[in-house]
Amino acid sequence: MRLEFPVAGRDFQAAGGAAQKIKRTLRQIGIDAETARRVGIVAYEAEMNIVIHAFSGKVGVDILPERINVFAYDQGPGIADIDLAMQVGYSTAPEDIKEMGFGAGLGLPNMKRYSDNLVIESEVGCGTSIRAVINLPTKEGS
Amino acid sequence: MEGGNQVQLKDIARILEAEVLTCEDKLNCTVEAACGCDLISDMLAFTKEKMIVLTGLVSPQIIRAAEMVDLSGVVFVRGKRPTPDIIELSEELGIPIMCTHYPLYESAGLLFAAGLPGWRHWPRAVGGSEDAP
Repeated sequence: MRLEFPVAGRDFQAAGGAAQKIKRTLRQIGIDAETARRVGIVAYEAEMNIVIHAFSGKVGVDILPERINVFAYDQGPGIADIDLAMQVGYSTAPEDIKEMGFGAGLGLPNMKRYSDNLVIESEVGCGTSIRAVINLPTKEGS
Repeated sequence: MEGGNQVQLKDIARILEAEVLTCEDKLNCTVEAACGCDLISDMLAFTKEKMIVLTGLVSPQIIRAAEMVDLSGVVFVRGKRPTPDIIELSEELGIPIMCTHYPLYESAGLLFAAGLPGWRHWPRAVGGSEDAP
């Protein structure tokens, strides 16, 4: 099952709405609260990165029997140095965005923190794509 | 919790002399820990269910982020008032919000003194003290 939502750059009114719909749908189909929370956080950070940095993009999830894949891709400036962008505290967000509570340099680290695997691909001047895997709890462990 | 007391949202409202703006039906909900932050990503990294956030950041994104982490409530500090769109979103998503005239530091001190721990002292925190901000 796939859910996919368009995300518009700089639309702070609608921002977060896609992640909210994703999380709500996961709960409705019986995904456990902790997994839904992790997916929600990763999807929210991915969505906000598009809103803050890109022109437009999409965020969504593929729901599989053992895991949930979060994906996001955008048309935007891209990330010149992904290792640097992964460092806590590093941010290229402009000042007006920081005044809104964003741009702490924690977005990508948060996505890594709450996913089991995170892959970021980017081309400067074209855009960025992100894939994160969140494993569902095993029956014995849940 | 100190003395085994359970802190509820209504206790937080009383301690902080706060005005409850939405979701009064949830005032009996138990709260286990609190976090003070003005950054959305901090909130996503260091909060989870059964927690409240104290913040001076008046933005609808506080409520959206609160829903992502299953937060029990949001307290706007130092007399800040949420705008009508924030109140509407809070009601729609069922996230209680309240306002206190106390600044962030004093709000946090009052709640900590009342036995409400932060992330570092909360046994259910992800990663425990090693992980704390």
